[in-house]
Amino acid sequence: MPKQWKAILKQLALQLFLLTVTLVVLFPILWIFSLALDPRNIDKPLSLTLIPPGASLAAFRRVLLEPWKLLCKNPNDPATCMTFPLLLKNSLLVAMGTSLLAVALGSSAAYAFSRFQFIGRQAGMLGFIVLIMLPTTGLLAPLYVLLSQIKLGNEPLRATLFGLVIAYSSGFLPFAVWNLKGYFDTVPKELEEAALIDGATIFQTFLRVILPLSVPALAVTVLNSFMAGWTEFILAWTFLENPSRFTLAMALRSMQGQFATPWSDFAAMSIVMSIPIVLLFFALQRYLVSGLTIGGVKG
Amino acid sequence: MAAIEMSKDIRGRRQDKWNEFWQRLKASRTPWLYIAPAGFAMLLVTLFPYIFQIWMALTDYRVKNLRFNLLDSASWAKYAPPFVGLQNFVKILTNRLAIENYDFWRLLLFNVTWTVSNVFFHVVLGVIIALALNSKGLIGRRIYRALFVLPWAMPGYVAALTWRNMYDDRFGAINQLLGIVNHYLGTSFPTNTRWFVVTQPPIGGPLGFLPLAFYCVLLANVWLGWPFMSVVATGALQAIPKELYEAASIDGASGWQQLWKITIPLIRPAMVPAIMLGTIWTFNQFNVIFFISQGNPFGRTEILITQSYKLVSEQRLYGAAAAFAIVVFAILLLFTLINNRITRATEAYYA
Repeated sequence: MPKQWKAILKQLALQLFLLTVTLVVLFPILWIFSLALDPRNIDKPLSLTLIPPGASLAAFRRVLLEPWKLLCKNPNDPATCMTFPLLLKNSLLVAMGTSLLAVALGSSAAYAFSRFQFIGRQAGMLGFIVLIMLPTTGLLAPLYVLLSQIKLGNEPLRATLFGLVIAYSSGFLPFAVWNLKGYFDTVPKELEEAALIDGATIFQTFLRVILPLSVPALAVTVLNSFMAGWTEFILAWTFLENPSRFTLAMALRSMQGQFATPWSDFAAMSIVMSIPIVLLFFALQRYLVSGLTIGGVKG
Repeated sequence: MAAIEMSKDIRGRRQDKWNEFWQRLKASRTPWLYIAPAGFAMLLVTLFPYIFQIWMALTDYRVKNLRFNLLDSASWAKYAPPFVGLQNFVKILTNRLAIENYDFWRLLLFNVTWTVSNVFFHVVLGVIIALALNSKGLIGRRIYRALFVLPWAMPGYVAALTWRNMYDDRFGAINQLLGIVNHYLGTSFPTNTRWFVVTQPPIGGPLGFLPLAFYCVLLANVWLGWPFMSVVATGALQAIPKELYEAASIDGASGWQQLWKITIPLIRPAMVPAIMLGTIWTFNQFNVIFFISQGNPFGRTEILITQSYKLVSEQRLYGAAAAFAIVVFAILLLFTLINNRITRATEAYYA
C-alpha cells in the first residue's frame, strides 16, 4: 500500500512540475493569440485577457484576403500588389527547394564520409564542422557580389528564388552532413555487404538500403532545412528585387514599421506562418528523438 | 652485387608505396563523387564568399566599392577598395571603431557570459524536463511532448518580437502579470519597469556588469533554447538499457545514486556535441538580442554578431564588419579546439 501511495505522490509532483512548464511555454503563445484577436490593432492591449473585448478574426481576414499594400510592383495600382496565396507559393517553393537540395546533397556527402576510407576524409569532415562556426551575417556582402555575377537567363541568380534555395541549403549543409553521417554510422554494414553480394551497385545500396533505414535522420534534415527556408528574411530582403518573388517571411518583416506596427495583423500573420512548421513538427516528432544524432561524432 | 640488390630493393619499395598511394587515390574516387555536389555548392556559396570576406577584411570596403566586379577588369581601378592591411583588426581590438558605446573586451566578456549562462540553463532544464517526461507511468506524456516543442517550432523572429512586445514597459504582458500577482498575493512588485532602460544592475558585485536587460533576454532565450537540449537528452535516455537500473536497484542503489552513476554518465556522450553546437548557436544568437534588447541599455547587452551587423546596417563599413566576422570565427574555433581536447581527454576515462 505505501508503495502505491508513493507512486501517486510522484505522479502528482511530476504533473505539478510539468504543468508549470506548460504554462511558461504557452504564455507567450497565448499572448500572441490574444493580440491577433484584438480588433484595435494596437501594440499594447490594456489588460491581460486571453480573449480581448470585441475579439474578432478581422486581422486574419486582412492578412489572408487583402492585397499587401507594402509589397507592390507599382504602389499606386493594387492589382500589382502581392496577395497571400502568391506569397505562400513563393515560400513553399523556397522552403521545399531548400529541404530537397539539403537532403539530396547532404545524404550523398554523408554517405561517403560514413562508409568510405579515402584521402581527405578527415580534412573534409573538419571543413564541414568549421563552416558551422563561421558567422553568416558577414557573408551578406560577398554573397551578394558573387551571386550577382552568375546570370540565369537574363537576370542575376541572386534575384531569383533558386538563388535563395542554393544559399539556404548550402548554409544548412554542414549540420545536415554531420547529423546524417552520425546516423548512417549506426546502420549495420552487414546489410550493405549482403546487398553487394547479391549484385547491387554501391549507388543501389545507398538508395535502397541506407536511405530507407535512415528515415529519422532524413526527417530531421527535412524539418530543419524547411524551417530555415521558411523563416529566413534577412538574406531574401537584401537579394530579391521583384516584389512578385517575395515570401511570407519577408511580408511579415515588412509589417515591422519604423513607427508603428499593426500588431493584430502582425500577430495573425505570425500564427498563420507558424502553423505549417508546427504541423510538420508534430508529423515528424516521433523521428525527432532518434534522428538527431549529433552524438555520433566518433571518427 | 649487394649494392645493386639493395638499390633495387629501395626502388621496389618506393614503387610499392607509389602504387599504394595510387590505389588509395583510385579508391577515393567514388566517395569524392558522392561529396562533389555538396562540395561544389559549399565552395560556391560558402567557401568562396569566406575567402572574399578575408580579402574584404584587409581593405577599407565601403558602399561605393560594392560596384567592384571581380570579373570586370575595367571596374578594378575605379571601385577597388584601398588595401589597409590589418588596420580593421587593430581598430576592432583597440576600440577605435566609430560606433557609440563600443568596447571590444566588454562585448567579448558579455558574449561569453551570455553563452555560458544560456547553455547552462538550456542543458539543466532540458535534462530535468526530459527526465520528468521519461519517468515510468507518466500521464499525458504525449501531450506534454507535443506542447514542449512549440518554442522550437516557432520561427525565431516571431518569438523574439513576441517577447519584445511582452517586455513593453507600460502594457506589456510581463508588467501586467506582475500587476495581477500584486493584486492577488498582496506583493508590491513595480509594474512599470522599463526593462531595457534601467542601468542599475539587479545583482551587484562581480555580476554588476549585467543590466536588468540581460536577465530579460536570458529568460527569452532560455524559453527558446531548452526544447532542443531536451529532445537530445530524451534520445540519449531512451538508449540506456533498463537492465542497468534493475541491477542497480537490486544492489540497493537509491534513485539519486542511479541518476548520478548511471543516467548522467550515459547521456553525457550525446550531450557533449549538442552542447558544443548549442554554444556556437548561442554565441551567435542574433534574433534575440537584435530584436528584444537591441543592445540596450547603452550597448551593454550587445553581442559581437549584432555589433558587426550594425557596422554594416548603420555605418556601411563592410571591411570592418568582415574583420569582425573573422574575429568571431577565430574565437569560436579556439573554443571548439579546446573543448574537443577536454572532452576527448575525458572520453578516455570511460573507455
